[in-house]
Amino acid sequence: MSGKVISVENLSKRYRLGVVSHQTLMHDFQSWWSRIRGKEDPNSPIDGPRRANADATFWALRDISFEVAKGDVLGVIGRNGAGKTTLLKVLSEVTAPTNGSVRYKGRIASLLEVGTGFHPELTGRENIFLNAALYGMKKNDVRNKIDEIVSFAEIDQFIDTPVKRYSSGMYMRLAFSVAAHLDPDILVVDEVLAVGDAQFQKKCLGKLEDVGKDGRTVLFVSHNMSTVMNLCNRCIILENGRLTFDGDTKAGITSYLKTAQITGKIEQHHFIGPLSSKIQFTEVAVTGSEEDKGVIFPSSEIRITVKGLCLQYIPRFRTFIILYKDGYRICTLHDLPEPKPLKAGEIISTIKVAPYYLRPGDYYIVIGGHDVGPLGPGTEWVCGNEVASFTIQEEWGANNDYGNIGAVNVPHSGERLL
Amino acid sequence: MKKTDQDKWDRIIKPRSGWYPAGMLDVWKYRELVAMFVWRDFVSIYKQTILGPLWYFIQPLLTTIVFTVVFGNLAQLPTDGLPPFMFYLSGVLAWRYFADCLTSTSNTFVNNVHLFGKVCFPRLTVPVSVVISNLIAFGIQLLLFFGFYFFYWLNGANIHPNLTVLLLPVLLAQMAMLGLGFGIITSSMTVRYRDLTQLVGFGVQLWMFITPVVYSTSSIPQKLRWAVQLNPMSPLIDMFRYAFLGTGTVSMYAWLQSLVITLLVLFVALVLFNRVEKTFMDSI
Repeated sequence: MSGKVISVENLSKRYRLGVVSHQTLMHDFQSWWSRIRGKEDPNSPIDGPRRANADATFWALRDISFEVAKGDVLGVIGRNGAGKTTLLKVLSEVTAPTNGSVRYKGRIASLLEVGTGFHPELTGRENIFLNAALYGMKKNDVRNKIDEIVSFAEIDQFIDTPVKRYSSGMYMRLAFSVAAHLDPDILVVDEVLAVGDAQFQKKCLGKLEDVGKDGRTVLFVSHNMSTVMNLCNRCIILENGRLTFDGDTKAGITSYLKTAQITGKIEQHHFIGPLSSKIQFTEVAVTGSEEDKGVIFPSSEIRITVKGLCLQYIPRFRTFIILYKDGYRICTLHDLPEPKPLKAGEIISTIKVAPYYLRPGDYYIVIGGHDVGPLGPGTEWVCGNEVASFTIQEEWGANNDYGNIGAVNVPHSGERLL
Repeated sequence: MKKTDQDKWDRIIKPRSGWYPAGMLDVWKYRELVAMFVWRDFVSIYKQTILGPLWYFIQPLLTTIVFTVVFGNLAQLPTDGLPPFMFYLSGVLAWRYFADCLTSTSNTFVNNVHLFGKVCFPRLTVPVSVVISNLIAFGIQLLLFFGFYFFYWLNGANIHPNLTVLLLPVLLAQMAMLGLGFGIITSSMTVRYRDLTQLVGFGVQLWMFITPVVYSTSSIPQKLRWAVQLNPMSPLIDMFRYAFLGTGTVSMYAWLQSLVITLLVLFVALVLFNRVEKTFMDSI
């Protein structure tokens, strides 16, 4: 039997919301003194009932049970606030659970943050020893590993320089390298790979994969579905602190993406411009093709539908959508070739983007409208920033070539002449 | 075969461990980390400073000079017939060791949130390493003391060590335990009450004045002496002074009482620390 190395049973974690205490001894003493005299707490909220805060709790994790076998690379996915980080914190014993238990075999090393415990005044070499000791590694083991750590981090020449002089990339490489070479039985990794350049990220992922192949166990939290897909053989999904899926990675990711929210109400305070009093955009939806069911692949035609309300007649108007990716304005798209009059009442516009133009990644949508025509400027406009976002999944092929790195796929043809 | 035996697991994480202070054993397991912390403190603290390790001498020396002038020359407090400078220097050194242990461990949790929030290691290693750093600093300051001691002795001052010197390690350990105890009690409470950090600073200063640092126990009326000796630091300062200088008020009974208080304080501190370290991340 390969055996289970982690067993999590009915794990729950509760946080108290609001004021834990009054933070000063004086106030707590006041509250306590008035309580024993049966008077009203002078520090309780004016409009609320006495000690209203006592019941305001939040369950970050609720009744989580799962098991991890030796050699598993387990992906933990979920939206922000779903409890992923709390789970890892409990596993790495940074905080105690409220109920339930976790049992494990061997040693856990957790990489919740890169570079924890680095001292800026110490050199790279000194920090390696300090950091390794933090994770409970013996000095002699570190000595045997130090060359490996240094060469993996690619900082050979700077190893005797204080880390405060390092670039952030070097700092991060060194920190990951130390943690990755700790040789724990169970390695817990929280989205630390979000930093660093692409090449090094790849190297780190490769290292994690090796760790898994060595028969060690890895728990990996990430927002990047393609990374989870490549790295993990199993995944669990957390939703509002509950475990909603446990099983095969592909099935898990598909079910996670199906529930991904790409339609939403728009809040009015986003909008600025002279026309913002005359028109209100209320809803935006981004959809891929029918069979994608909410997941957008490059091969889908992408439809962006905007709903709104025109409060007052506008003589010249057309709706635009701007797509931003990685902070760059990728393109501006219009619903009409020429501005046209807009009557008061409901408005719905759809803008379609043909398949394969947009490359995989996260996009932000800016919605607005103006009287600008194809030939020249206008004066009236309305615009709302970052009202929605969507993600295009990775799906490489002839029409979405992995090597055609850039902002968009430009339709082109090429031939070899000689 | 059914796998039901629980002892196959290396570790079980549960809501809360027992009330007993198990921390000390873990600290021993992580002794290399303690050594790293001590070493880190020494290497980093005087990088980019002008005077560097000289600071170890400057602070107690200036304090002693001020005390000699104010309490010795101006207030003319009796010093048991000892050279006032040596009297104050011995008191200041011993007191500073205790006070440094207390103040520098009293912010353990608040100062290390970033570390404690990300890595799991025995939290007690931090205050223990701080106490050891202070011990080394004290050792360096002791050289200063010996320097002046030799000078005064050559000039025929009435000072002579006695066998109590052999108790020095015990005295130092007790001061460390007492400082560590009060320090981690404070640090456990500052997790909830931040204003305690304000209190520690001047609290320690006031405490010095109810301890025979600037005056001698013999100058206290016999009737009130028990009150002074209720302070666990008083017999320690007295014994330290007596061991090197040869005069002073030493009472075996007071020392034993102080030892009991010390152990009690340390025990309470470890229990409290053990409780707080599990959950403080949620309330800090």
